[in-house]
Amino acid sequence: MKTIKYLLATLFLTVSFISCTDDTDDPIPIEEENPLAEYTMLKAVKANNHSIELYSEQEQFTIGYNELFIRIKDEASESYVSDATISWNPVMHMTEMMHSCPKSEVTKTENASVYKGFSIFQMPGNADEYWELNLEYTINGQTYNATERIEVKAPSDGKKRVSVFMGTDETRYVLAMMPIKPEVAVNDFSAVLFKMENMMTFPAVEDYKITIDPRMPGMGNHGSPNNEDLTYDSASKMYSGKLSLTMTGYWKINLKLLNDGDEVLKGEDVTEENESSSLFFEIEF
Amino acid sequence: MKTIFDGRPYRSRAMGLKGKALFLVVLCTLVFHWKGTSQEPKVVMVKDSILPIDLNEVIVISSYKRTLEHNSHHKPLSTLDQYLESSKKVNMIKRGAYAWEPVLNDMTTERLSITIDGMRIFGACTDRMDPITSYVDVSNLSDIHVACGQQGAEHGATIGGAIDLRLEKSNFRPDGWGGSIETGGETNNSSQIIGGELNYSDEQFYVDTDIIYRKAENYVAGGGQEVAFSQFEKYNLSVNAGYKVSEDQKLLASFIFDEARDVGYPALPMDVSLARAFIGSVSWIQTDFIGDFKNWETKVYANSITHIMDDSQRPDVPIRMDMPGWSDTYGYFSQATLKRDNHQFLLKLDGFYNRSLAEMTMYPNNPNEREMFMLTWPDVRTLNNGFYAEDVIDFKESSLKLSTRLAVQGFNVADELGLNSLRIFYPEMARRQTRFLKSFSARYHKKLKSVHLDGGLSYGDRAPSVSEGFGFYLFNSFDNHDYVGDPDLRNEKAIEVNTKISVPIEKLNFSLEGNYFHTMDFIVGEVNPALSVMTIGAEGVKIYKNLEYANLYNISLDTKYQITPEFTWTGLVSYHRGTDQDGRNLPFISPFTYNSMLQYTQGKFSGSLTMRGAADQVNFNPEFGEDRTDAYTVFSLSLGKSFSINNDDVYVKAGVENIFDELYSTYTDWNNIPRMGRNFFMTVSYAIN
Repeated sequence: MKTIKYLLATLFLTVSFISCTDDTDDPIPIEEENPLAEYTMLKAVKANNHSIELYSEQEQFTIGYNELFIRIKDEASESYVSDATISWNPVMHMTEMMHSCPKSEVTKTENASVYKGFSIFQMPGNADEYWELNLEYTINGQTYNATERIEVKAPSDGKKRVSVFMGTDETRYVLAMMPIKPEVAVNDFSAVLFKMENMMTFPAVEDYKITIDPRMPGMGNHGSPNNEDLTYDSASKMYSGKLSLTMTGYWKINLKLLNDGDEVLKGEDVTEENESSSLFFEIEF
Repeated sequence: MKTIFDGRPYRSRAMGLKGKALFLVVLCTLVFHWKGTSQEPKVVMVKDSILPIDLNEVIVISSYKRTLEHNSHHKPLSTLDQYLESSKKVNMIKRGAYAWEPVLNDMTTERLSITIDGMRIFGACTDRMDPITSYVDVSNLSDIHVACGQQGAEHGATIGGAIDLRLEKSNFRPDGWGGSIETGGETNNSSQIIGGELNYSDEQFYVDTDIIYRKAENYVAGGGQEVAFSQFEKYNLSVNAGYKVSEDQKLLASFIFDEARDVGYPALPMDVSLARAFIGSVSWIQTDFIGDFKNWETKVYANSITHIMDDSQRPDVPIRMDMPGWSDTYGYFSQATLKRDNHQFLLKLDGFYNRSLAEMTMYPNNPNEREMFMLTWPDVRTLNNGFYAEDVIDFKESSLKLSTRLAVQGFNVADELGLNSLRIFYPEMARRQTRFLKSFSARYHKKLKSVHLDGGLSYGDRAPSVSEGFGFYLFNSFDNHDYVGDPDLRNEKAIEVNTKISVPIEKLNFSLEGNYFHTMDFIVGEVNPALSVMTIGAEGVKIYKNLEYANLYNISLDTKYQITPEFTWTGLVSYHRGTDQDGRNLPFISPFTYNSMLQYTQGKFSGSLTMRGAADQVNFNPEFGEDRTDAYTVFSLSLGKSFSINNDDVYVKAGVENIFDELYSTYTDWNNIPRMGRNFFMTVSYAIN
């Protein structure tokens, strides 16, 4: 494995070297080696003679967790910029106020011209309200800014993957489900939790606990066995557990959020009388 | 004994060696025993016939004069289920008017070996709505051999016994062309039966063909209430052929096609839109084999079953669902006999490969939601290879039968989705597992003047069935629970003791028979309160478990009295009891039952009056969904006459069942659905000579 990595690195360096020497006379078409070819380019922000390309595994900016990949193309040299530093801030322009959303830092990936981060949109845009993505990036010591409106939509299946709520501790939280390819099996299941400090600051919340109770409302609201509640994993900075799905179809994952003192901040138990928790995610497959 | 493939092959190899060692020990024991006895001076003359060891029952279906079928039964052309039910040893669990499930010694399908001419077949329904007996018809069969306990181990591993359905064959009788047409009808469920057969047989070649068609509407219970969803329609076609390659070499082939449609199951929440079977075999029979081995018979067979449950006819269900199932089996056996002095050996190698797959698709009431899909049998591949040996040793006035079966059975869960489903419950579950099965049995028969004494002791085990090991949320409407299998179940093992005494006193013949099964690791579903039900309305989830042990007793007294040459009276009373280690009652254990029949035969006229009944079922268990079944007594009458028209034989039989229109159900009636009320029937058979 390591040998292959070295080989690839060497190959990559050789290619970059060759392209550097060649690019004055004979620029190599850049699409050919697009490392993000498998992803969808959701947006190309044109500013400062750069094209800042945003890629995602999904087909659109969706409410909930979005993992985004960024490349900056120098329009003049038709090449991608390596070693830039990027920061971002998505802002929702509502009719009466503005707010941001939970987001990560933008970091470099193994490929020096590809950067990545995630952003958790709480709500979709509409005719009067919209999301704007503010980007600040530095290339060779020079800082640029760019701003672009982006269209954030509800997921095509309409299923709930993010929840914004006020806990019993009078704190507003954002809880988002990590993307999952559900199977009839015991699935790895994770979520990320942030609290809203102010309109623009959403720090991650650590060491709480999220209990899960998957149910099928379409079939007598039955559950599944051997689920594992989500606990905080400091390495991945996520809450991780196990989700058992005994059949395909529509599942409602009823949740309860507990703080580090095991006090319930949000959500209720599912009982005969209470069909569902007020805090939940949805999965359909 | 069980081995799980855990990526360390030496373990399974070790088991294999152990198995081989055991096999060798048994083989040596047999060989030395035979050598030992063969050195004794021969004082008795060699007898050709071995004294019968009679604990088996043979239910005759076709008559001795075979052109006129099924006359021996009080109701010819009744379903095979009714034939079986009228037998002394077999009871039938009834979920509707069709496809009853045989019970032998208070044990059902998974504890029995049910075969057709020695062929293994496994039903494709997860809810046991298609026992093997539903895929043949009386038109195919000559007789049914019922053997209790390990006496039935010849065709496969069993605990409770074996039912072998024997196909009817012309068998190179020089009869030439022959054919017959039979028709019958019943008033209660407006059923119509029409069947026919056309046979050709000479000393070189024979071919038998037959077809039967049955259609019945809902039946009416005693007192006049119609039992909705008790209709059925089925037809069955079979072809049998044989060719004599040389004087002692025969090539035989058989094929059965059986299809039932629109079968209602009033006791269940679903019906069956299709149950179809293709059953085929080719065999080679040779009188002389290597050395002193004789009667070499080798058969290869294949069968394929499709079973589709559906609820589209039901007006009111909480959720619509489809539950198709498939079961394909491929197998072989090869056997030969050997005679040495007073020993008669039968050696048999056999094997089968079965694939069982069943799925469930539920259609949500909200049309925007996706279908819910799961595998209820996760494409389980079962491979079984076995060796069976028996030795019947003939002493002067007694005989001893020793038999053993040793088999290796492997399971492989082939479907990824199914395997992952089960791993929700059993995260460490291996995809493959291998089990070693064994059976040993000894029976002694002694004749004291005219009294016959029989006694036997045996040990046998069985692997869990596909449902018990790998079933995933199988709904049982009897106890209203979902069942989940456990792949780590231990094999169920039984020690069995049986005895029989037959005493003829002039025209009276008594036979008292009893058996006792001490079954260790008895497999049964137990409630797991932590689990959430899947089926809407179910009370809970049961997981199959090994009980410490269970005890079953069966005692019966069979009496026959020849009153006059024309009048015969037979009576049967039986008592059964089944409990587990804590004295808890086991499900489906028969209460005290009785049966009395007066038969009259003179020349071409015959008649019978039957009384059947049971006492209150006092030993029931609500944990398994049982309630107290009340006592009942029903009477039936039939009259038959045969005569000739233009040299052709005609046989007419008419009768009435449940004469007094009693409203009753038995302990075997699923969810207490009532049995058929008064029913008049008539059949006409016409044989063309």
